Amino acid sequence: MRLELEARPEPSRLMGWLSPLLAAALTVVAGFVLFAALGKNPVEAFYTFFVYPIRDRNGVAELLLKASPLMLIGVGLACGYRANVWNIGAEGQLILGAICAGGVALAFHGSESRLVLVLMFVAGALGGMAWAAIPALLRTRFNTNEILVSLMLVYVASLLLSWLVHEPWRDPEGFNFPQSKQFTEGALYPILLDGTRLNLGFPVALAAIAAGYVFLNRSFLGFQLRVAGLAPDAARYAGFNANRMVWLGMLISGACAGLAGMGEIAGPIGQLLPSVSPGYGFAAIIVAFVGRLHPVGILLASLLMSLLYLGGEAAQMGLALPSAMTGLFQGLLLFFLLGSDVFIQYRVRVVRRVAGAAANTAPA
Amino acid sequence: MTAALTPRIELRGITKIYPSVVANRDVSLAALPGEIHAVLGENGAGKSTLMKIIYGVVKPDAGEVLWEGTPVVVQNPAHARDLGIGMVFQHFSLFETLTVAENVALGLPGRPPLAALAKRIVEVSQKYGLPVDPRRLVHSLSVGERQRVEIIRCLLVNPRLLIMDEPTSVLTPQAVRKLFETLRQLAREGCTILYISHKLDEIQALCTNATVLRAGQVTGHCDPRQETPKSMARMMIGNDLPHPRHDAATPGEPRLVLANLARKSPDPFGVSLADVNLTVHAGEIVGIAGVSGNGQQELLAAISGESPVRKRDAVVLCGVHAGRLRPGKRRRLGFCFVPEERLGRGAVPRMSLADNALLTAHRRGYVRRGLIRFAKVAAFAQTCIDAFAVKCGGPQAEARSLSGGNLQKFIVGREILLQPKVLVVAQPTWGVDVGAAAFIRQKIIDLRNDGVAILVLSEELDELFEVSDRLAVIAKGRLSPAKPIRETNVEEIGVWMSGMWPGAAEAPRAAMPIAQAPHAA
Repeated sequence: MRLELEARPEPSRLMGWLSPLLAAALTVVAGFVLFAALGKNPVEAFYTFFVYPIRDRNGVAELLLKASPLMLIGVGLACGYRANVWNIGAEGQLILGAICAGGVALAFHGSESRLVLVLMFVAGALGGMAWAAIPALLRTRFNTNEILVSLMLVYVASLLLSWLVHEPWRDPEGFNFPQSKQFTEGALYPILLDGTRLNLGFPVALAAIAAGYVFLNRSFLGFQLRVAGLAPDAARYAGFNANRMVWLGMLISGACAGLAGMGEIAGPIGQLLPSVSPGYGFAAIIVAFVGRLHPVGILLASLLMSLLYLGGEAAQMGLALPSAMTGLFQGLLLFFLLGSDVFIQYRVRVVRRVAGAAANTAPA
Repeated sequence: MTAALTPRIELRGITKIYPSVVANRDVSLAALPGEIHAVLGENGAGKSTLMKIIYGVVKPDAGEVLWEGTPVVVQNPAHARDLGIGMVFQHFSLFETLTVAENVALGLPGRPPLAALAKRIVEVSQKYGLPVDPRRLVHSLSVGERQRVEIIRCLLVNPRLLIMDEPTSVLTPQAVRKLFETLRQLAREGCTILYISHKLDEIQALCTNATVLRAGQVTGHCDPRQETPKSMARMMIGNDLPHPRHDAATPGEPRLVLANLARKSPDPFGVSLADVNLTVHAGEIVGIAGVSGNGQQELLAAISGESPVRKRDAVVLCGVHAGRLRPGKRRRLGFCFVPEERLGRGAVPRMSLADNALLTAHRRGYVRRGLIRFAKVAAFAQTCIDAFAVKCGGPQAEARSLSGGNLQKFIVGREILLQPKVLVVAQPTWGVDVGAAAFIRQKIIDLRNDGVAILVLSEELDELFEVSDRLAVIAKGRLSPAKPIRETNVEEIGVWMSGMWPGAAEAPRAAMPIAQAPHAA
């Protein structure tokens, strides 16, 4: 007797919904084993990881704060991914958004005007778009692979930021630390909840989720993106411009990532540092897929991923676990999700008798 | 003597019920060794399900299968092949990224050496008049060529029962005759053939026995040689076959003009177009015949704009130089197009019929301020479903949930309802049942009577002779002059399909005098 994967006649809707839950459950199980192997009490570790961080108002505010960039980037990436435009470099676009917005903040340093924030918003979006435009241009002109180009540009962006905060934009009164001046009031998102760090960036991200929903499900451009992703030949047949879809997918995701970068420096960070993101641009790829490339799913997935960040910090402090725990849990989640997704298209069949060797050539 | 009287294959009371439809109910059928047995029926009559049961793809809910007198339960296609059953499917099961020889090797037991296999493929293909190059990659093959691969794949293993599901739909009349000789030869050698087709004249010419299915049940047995196509059609669809009316055309101004259209194929196995000249006037139907893989795909892509050409005036649409225009801009000029591939090109498989209506109908005011007007789109899809009798679960049904014939009706209907000025249709009725095919042809003729310029590419000559006003032939990327239908006949077009029309031979000969020189000397 053995198990065999058998293609379903049509994909299972039920598994489409169950797969993320199954993945979450398997992540928890794997976590149990992991904590036990590290010599920690799994129940206590789980409490520290998943409950302790959100036990109070401040904890919830932190959850939403960290979820904001994830949902913002995630929904942007989903627009591209729906069209088979694989922007993997959101992290770089985030950094460029932070650089451009930070440049504006430093140029108007000391100004109390709210217009500075508006200008930073625009600059952040444009910065992200400009960085995303490079892989878009190379793909549409020379048919390069946008996965590689966008990914490599992450490191270029990171080094560019590093140079800026080490040299031209370094705070002269910062004791030689590689960081810019602290931004002044006009360049910071207003706080929403007193006593927490939750700021205007959260409603901005929620608005992006809503806009993403309308765009993907109600607009004709979103329809074109979906057609381009599902059936490129049908898109060409209908007269949808394939290059335009690439540009659209890259620019939207770039703009969202840039805005997320702007939100970080205008929110919790409040200045330019050598590192402005704990890898939100990469984590958002997981968020987009766990969320099934659907804005509402992305909203939920970003909360889960945010909890993993908070739990990872709490586990470092409370249980003296390494910081790699966060990345490990992210990886586990994506791994189990992709594994569970197999059951959307396939089902397991128990084979009692060994059938002919060429059974797999059966026509569908 | 007893061996000859034992049926090679016998079905008793086969029943197969799907959640929404009864595919087969109490179907019985028997075929003797050496018999060519037709299975007749409209699309959805349950022919394919029945054949899949024999081939082990589908398990019956009730009834039994007897192989040479012994009851068997065919586990899977590999088991069927072990028994000696071969099948050529209507929908091909080839891997696009592999070569012909590799694809054939996958269906054979063990790991046959490819070089020897390629040799055998060439032998079989020459013996049976099914030319195909074993080294070619399948994705570069046309539909007709892919079918040849499927047939050859079956013939290689010397089957004792060969099931053929509509095998001739993409072959030339000469190739069909050659295939029939092959099949008769196989039958003489003792092989039983189950032959599924809706082409009644073919069944008459080939088969010695027939089982007729309607709505999953056997409605009759007959000897096709004793019947007329009309009487068999009546058994199949329950009433007489409608025949399209076709009055003389009254052509108006030129709507689609191809002038010295040439395009070198970027694909090494593709066909380059050379010197294509054609004019289609308002109010006429021009047909293009040809064996698939002779430049049809390339010609269609050049006309539709999916692969634009360099010369602006090589394609003139409604007076506009359109050679470089993209498909969207050509559609804005009043161009509509039904492509050969339904799933994945004419329709997005995983989208609803409403979304698939929007695919090309979006210019009819279904988008306002960038947002889709879903109610209007669904209403349009419903109109199309009603007007063309598309059997489906409504506008929200996914395109891939429809049978091939019904999806074809939907796509043809969508393009016709868009009120085109120029309509190009490739394979208008491929895989569509006789009743629906007559209906689609009538709609195309009606559209011509309303003054639309129509170009029809088809590999079915009967169809072209039925609908066209003028007929041209494409062969090796070149197009013959278009001849009025009354001044030509099947024999002449058949000869032209091999590239030999008056004046055709001169151009290539003139192009390569050096290659000719050794022969001259």
